[in-house]
Amino acid sequence: MTSIELPESLYKRIETRIKDGKFASVSDYVSFVLREKLVTEEETPESHFTKEEEEKIKDRLKALGYL
Amino acid sequence: MISPHGGKLVDRKVPFEKKEEAIHEAAKMPQIVVSPDLARDVENIAFGAFSPLEGFLCQGDLDSVLQTKRLRSDLVWTIPIVLDASSTALKGIKAGDTVALVDTTRLPFALLEIEETYPLIKKEFVKQVYGTTDSAHPGVAKTFRMEETLVGGKIRLIDMLFDEFQRLRLSPVETRVLFKEKGWRTIVGFQTRNIPHLGHEYVQKTALTFVDGLFINPVIGKKKQGDFKDEVILDAYQTLLDNYYLKDKTVLAILRTEMRYAGPREAIFHSIVRKNFGCTHFVVGRDHAGVGKYYAPYAAQEIFDEFPDLGIVPLFFRSFFYCNKCQSVVNEKICPHDQADHIDFSGTKLRGALSKGDVAPKELIRPEVAEVLQKWKEPFVEG
Repeated sequence: MTSIELPESLYKRIETRIKDGKFASVSDYVSFVLREKLVTEEETPESHFTKEEEEKIKDRLKALGYL
Repeated sequence: MISPHGGKLVDRKVPFEKKEEAIHEAAKMPQIVVSPDLARDVENIAFGAFSPLEGFLCQGDLDSVLQTKRLRSDLVWTIPIVLDASSTALKGIKAGDTVALVDTTRLPFALLEIEETYPLIKKEFVKQVYGTTDSAHPGVAKTFRMEETLVGGKIRLIDMLFDEFQRLRLSPVETRVLFKEKGWRTIVGFQTRNIPHLGHEYVQKTALTFVDGLFINPVIGKKKQGDFKDEVILDAYQTLLDNYYLKDKTVLAILRTEMRYAGPREAIFHSIVRKNFGCTHFVVGRDHAGVGKYYAPYAAQEIFDEFPDLGIVPLFFRSFFYCNKCQSVVNEKICPHDQADHIDFSGTKLRGALSKGDVAPKELIRPEVAEVLQKWKEPFVEG
């Protein structure tokens, strides 16, 4: 675990927000929100195979009756 | 297309041109014999179905998965993929060595670069993964039968093992190409270990209504006594698809791995694997991957709240049943009729009818599927 700094007012706002019990602490809440944000920013563009590989795969898929 | 878990589809296959050399090398290496199910998981790692894993978990990652349901990299991961080995098998082997993984016929099919060996703390493992230490739970029983030492490290797959269902086996790269060719941008994954009844069909088609394609992905591998045999499940599904599904909207392919019966944790694991196959959505029903009464009916749905960064959208379904008054499959959210009008899709009831040679009721199962089931003399996994 490591520490980060938050404005006092934001910290208090989160403390109020988590009173419903869904999050055990402000840290839990901040981790949740940051992970939610990061996953959308870490999306990588599609390129998991070369054109040549793709053609070979299509041939197999045709042979198996998928295409 | 959706990103694989961790952003990159893992490829741990020995390139074709280096295969001969690898086989030659493997013959001279110390060997570790692995079970058929573990061998399939080596294949799953190599082909990227378990991305971002590149091998069997080392201790730091295992501890992290058990305690936080995440790898040390912070990526969500809930089911430990570990390799156990006996002290005899590990004699003279140390971290830094490469060993050959061999199947039960002693055929080397993969290499393992050992990073570390460490003790398996079984009680802690089962408590975290299965939520119980009761040895009546199949996952707990299996863990208690494991060796005392785990081996962590990256694998390299030399060759795939023989698979009687090879025709229905697609890798994540292949499904991604397939989905792209079909022009699907949103795909819902459906996990199953059972024969299809009308309730499953209702869920699958309801989910498909909102996306471009349906990926039915039965788990083929070790199951518990009384479950339907793999060949029966596939025969039944093929028949259902041929008669009741649009061909250009549905793909059936298998996932070769064992059922862990880890309920909520396994639901997350199943969704990660389907994300790697290119699914954007994943169906989670009542008691997903459950067994007995070890998990609350909707625990496998509630656990998704913990993971805002999973990267795949779960579609939750409540219990469904046939209603005599509605004359269709419905669920508790849409049917106003009394419980007395409802017929449950009970697997036990279906199995009971089939064991006695009875025809399954048409309210529960398509007649063509019922016909397929009747043709199998021994449709269930024996003990």
